Amino acid sequence: MASAAPAAVSVRALVKRYPKSSVNAVDEVSFEVRPGEVFGLLGPNGAGKTTTVGVLTTRVRPTSGSAEVAGVDVVRDPVRARSFLAVIPQRSNLDRALSIRNNLIFHAAYHGVPAQERGRRADTLLEQFGLGDRASQKPDLFSGGQAQRVMVARALMHAPRVLFLDEPSTGLDPAARLFLWERLAELKERGVTLVLTTHDMDEAAALADRVGIMDHGKLLALDTPEALMRSVPGGTTLELTTHLADGQEADAVVAALGRLAEVERVERVDPVSANGASARGSEAGPGSAERRSRELCVRLYVSGDAPLLVAPAAATLAAQGLTLAAVKLGIPSLEDVFIDLTGRALR
Amino acid sequence: MSAAAPAVDAPGQGRVFLAVLRRDVYVTWGEFPVFLAQVILQPFFLLFVFGKVLGSLGYTRAGYANLLFPGLLALTSVITSMQTLAFPLVIEFGWTKEIEDRLLAPMSTGLVAAEKVLFAALRSLIATTIMIPIGILVLGSVPWRWSGLPVFLPIVLLGSLLGAGLGLVLGTLVRPNRINIVFSLVFTPLLFTGCSQYPWPSLARLRWFQVITAGNPMTYVSEGLRAAMIPSVPHITPWICFTALLGSLVVLMAIGTRGFYRRAID
Repeated sequence: MASAAPAAVSVRALVKRYPKSSVNAVDEVSFEVRPGEVFGLLGPNGAGKTTTVGVLTTRVRPTSGSAEVAGVDVVRDPVRARSFLAVIPQRSNLDRALSIRNNLIFHAAYHGVPAQERGRRADTLLEQFGLGDRASQKPDLFSGGQAQRVMVARALMHAPRVLFLDEPSTGLDPAARLFLWERLAELKERGVTLVLTTHDMDEAAALADRVGIMDHGKLLALDTPEALMRSVPGGTTLELTTHLADGQEADAVVAALGRLAEVERVERVDPVSANGASARGSEAGPGSAERRSRELCVRLYVSGDAPLLVAPAAATLAAQGLTLAAVKLGIPSLEDVFIDLTGRALR
Repeated sequence: MSAAAPAVDAPGQGRVFLAVLRRDVYVTWGEFPVFLAQVILQPFFLLFVFGKVLGSLGYTRAGYANLLFPGLLALTSVITSMQTLAFPLVIEFGWTKEIEDRLLAPMSTGLVAAEKVLFAALRSLIATTIMIPIGILVLGSVPWRWSGLPVFLPIVLLGSLLGAGLGLVLGTLVRPNRINIVFSLVFTPLLFTGCSQYPWPSLARLRWFQVITAGNPMTYVSEGLRAAMIPSVPHITPWICFTALLGSLVVLMAIGTRGFYRRAID
């Protein structure tokens, strides 16, 4: 990663231990975020994501290690660092005494935007965020999604280099979430660096160029979502169901499938659970049990693209005189990555 | 998102400070009648009942209103800045988090606290000033001495800062769910042990209470203002008032600023 441009965010051996706590909330975490990158910190509540971002946004003092935003040490020069960053918290922290437009305008004033520029920027942003007609309203009555739009617009008033978003989709309805994702994609195109914390795998996968997976204060893995998903051992699978003819040996079929390119391993699985039908045998009648005994279900662990393997697999079965009855693709998600890393589910 | 706003250079901290102060002034200006009602009502009624009504009914001696008035100015200056600072601060830190936008402005955290103190003191000075014409209106006349101004002005200023210091301490120590209890536990004793309704030396007959009142820094504001306005009434000498007030200020500001940092930065 020999990049000439300095990192937008740089965290080195960061440790934060809160007073009266016996464990580190953030434990020797290091990573860099490139300018213009969308970086996601994924992990369950209490993983240390918010504390990490808290250090980067000058609101948490680290116990040791260093952190920089836009090349500025956030511990040594928090004042300067603040002019390069903006934070969009999970819950509204809008100024309730001010109208939406004045929230934007005063924020710009705090950041030294010239007076004549503030109003113009505020109006442009309010329009872009579909808030033009509500500019004079106070934020009390805004829904979570609307308040968040205002906060994103407010954050952009001083043109920050790095935008930090804490659990941006939490509590948003699907439309508001989509709106937010679109705006964030536009920001990325404009070259703004985004750092978001989330416990939502879909969000991380949809938005982030790279994802850092955190748990118990440690950064367990860091890569693109695709690479992380590929890294799950035996993660990509292809399940095939066929019906054996009388007297036909299942082992020969399994062996033939195992010889296919990109197939790492083949195992027979219980047809009931494999088909996703009820796993409780009691529900199946005696007749169906007999039929199932001739049913062969195999799971192929694939190193490459599983969908591309469907046709060769069907051809292999056909060569044995068999028909492909059912196919099920298993593509790992970031959830699987998390389970693989921690041994437990994310939520 | 076509208009890519050019990045802004870090402004000087003085400019940021003024922008934050302007926000507070703007908000107060927008609700000036509410502000007036909030700060004037209590001293007004104390003045009206103790100074006017009780006097008219003959329950207080002639001249009591003159003695009460400097005390009520002291009360106004201390309580106004305390309320201005403490209540919103508890809510902002504990619940609305509104203060975060200012904490993330390119200005040192200490300056955010300093702005709060300055603005609270400003509001208190305005409220105290307004009390003078109100006093004239209610009482007919107030004990005013131009020659007392060199003591009057610094004492009022110290009183408003003292209230701000108390507000900073309370505002950063109190959790939102405790706000009602703590404020009634602090506010009422402060109100009645600050010598605003009686001169301190006259408490010699009630020694234990005199000792208690000596521990309330507001006492020195009341007494300092009596020294400035009606020196004929026995009072604590101004230099003791100044010393006690400055000492209290240093302690309160130190505790309050520490509390502010603790709330602002984990």
